Amino acid sequence: MGPLAPNEIISENTNFLFAFFIGIAFGWVLESSGFSSSRKLAGIFYGYDAVVLKVFFTAALTAMLGMLFMSMFGWLDLDLVYVNPTYLTSAIAGGVVMGVGFIMGGFCPGTSFCGAAIGKIDAMVFVGGLFIGVYGFAFTYGWWEKLYLARYLGEPKISETLGISDGLFGLLMILAALGMFVVAEWAEKKFAREEY
Amino acid sequence: MSNNTSTNKSRNYLNPYLGGVLLGLVLLAANFVSGRGLGASGAIKSVVATTIGTVNKEAIGTMPFMAEYAESHSGNPMKSWLVFEMLGVIVGGFLSGAVAGRLKLKVEHSPKITSRRRLIFALAGGALFGFGSQLGRGCTSGSALSGMAVLSLGGFITMMAIFGTAFALAYFFRKNWI
Repeated sequence: MGPLAPNEIISENTNFLFAFFIGIAFGWVLESSGFSSSRKLAGIFYGYDAVVLKVFFTAALTAMLGMLFMSMFGWLDLDLVYVNPTYLTSAIAGGVVMGVGFIMGGFCPGTSFCGAAIGKIDAMVFVGGLFIGVYGFAFTYGWWEKLYLARYLGEPKISETLGISDGLFGLLMILAALGMFVVAEWAEKKFAREEY
Repeated sequence: MSNNTSTNKSRNYLNPYLGGVLLGLVLLAANFVSGRGLGASGAIKSVVATTIGTVNKEAIGTMPFMAEYAESHSGNPMKSWLVFEMLGVIVGGFLSGAVAGRLKLKVEHSPKITSRRRLIFALAGGALFGFGSQLGRGCTSGSALSGMAVLSLGGFITMMAIFGTAFALAYFFRKNWI
């Protein structure tokens, strides 16, 4: 059955229509969770607001478990689902640069579009920065090409790398997330800050 | 939530764990329908590729990073899943903000810093995030969140690199936020 588009159950254009509706749901959930506010997003790095951690890990777990179950029931062929390739060097280097951008700008790309959509001027400026950054990378690609392509590992799953089953990894993730949620609830009380 | 009578604005927001489950279901739907996760920075790449191509057709040929991308998107980089999804994000974000009464043109910043400082940092942060998202093959949505859901090793590594770096540097940028 699933995934529908790769199995050609729906056409390419229908798939684009679904993309639009999935995007609406994505934007709605991000905004209503408070991700249109840089103050709330940056809160995780100072402990006063851990909404990022709570939403992010609950979402990753929900999707991960949903996919494992759907695959088990024969509803979703995981071999047809896109798995991000792992280029070790650029995964780390790119992540570090994004981390600097996150603490300076207070948004990530998806959340900045949400913030801009409700009138946050700082989010609009961040979006402008994104375009400059993407253009800058494309323009200077020759300098980074080696780094970009270094240490390609294929498309390994983290469970394979750790040598455990997907199910066991899922369970460990749940336990880790519960631990982080306890710390997050404690931190929000201890490091509480005034709203602005 | 409802018993909080103070002027805590966050009472208008969704419970974060409920929000997380809903976001997870959206991501699950994307994988079930389209066989792929959510994303954001890829749509910006499409727009940048289109803009460069429109302004100067030859320029694309001299930029291998964009040329490859334009080729793999059968001529029109705007006809991409992520572009349609991100148009939806803008609509969905706007609708949610409208329903909750959060539509307001303003620069959100700590009272300890000026609007100007906030905007300079937003621009610089955006530029770095945009650059890093291309180097790292996806941002918090496409690489970290969607990658984690399909158990991609790279997704977990990028997630740890993003949040680890931001945590490590939080002290130096604290004036902007607290």
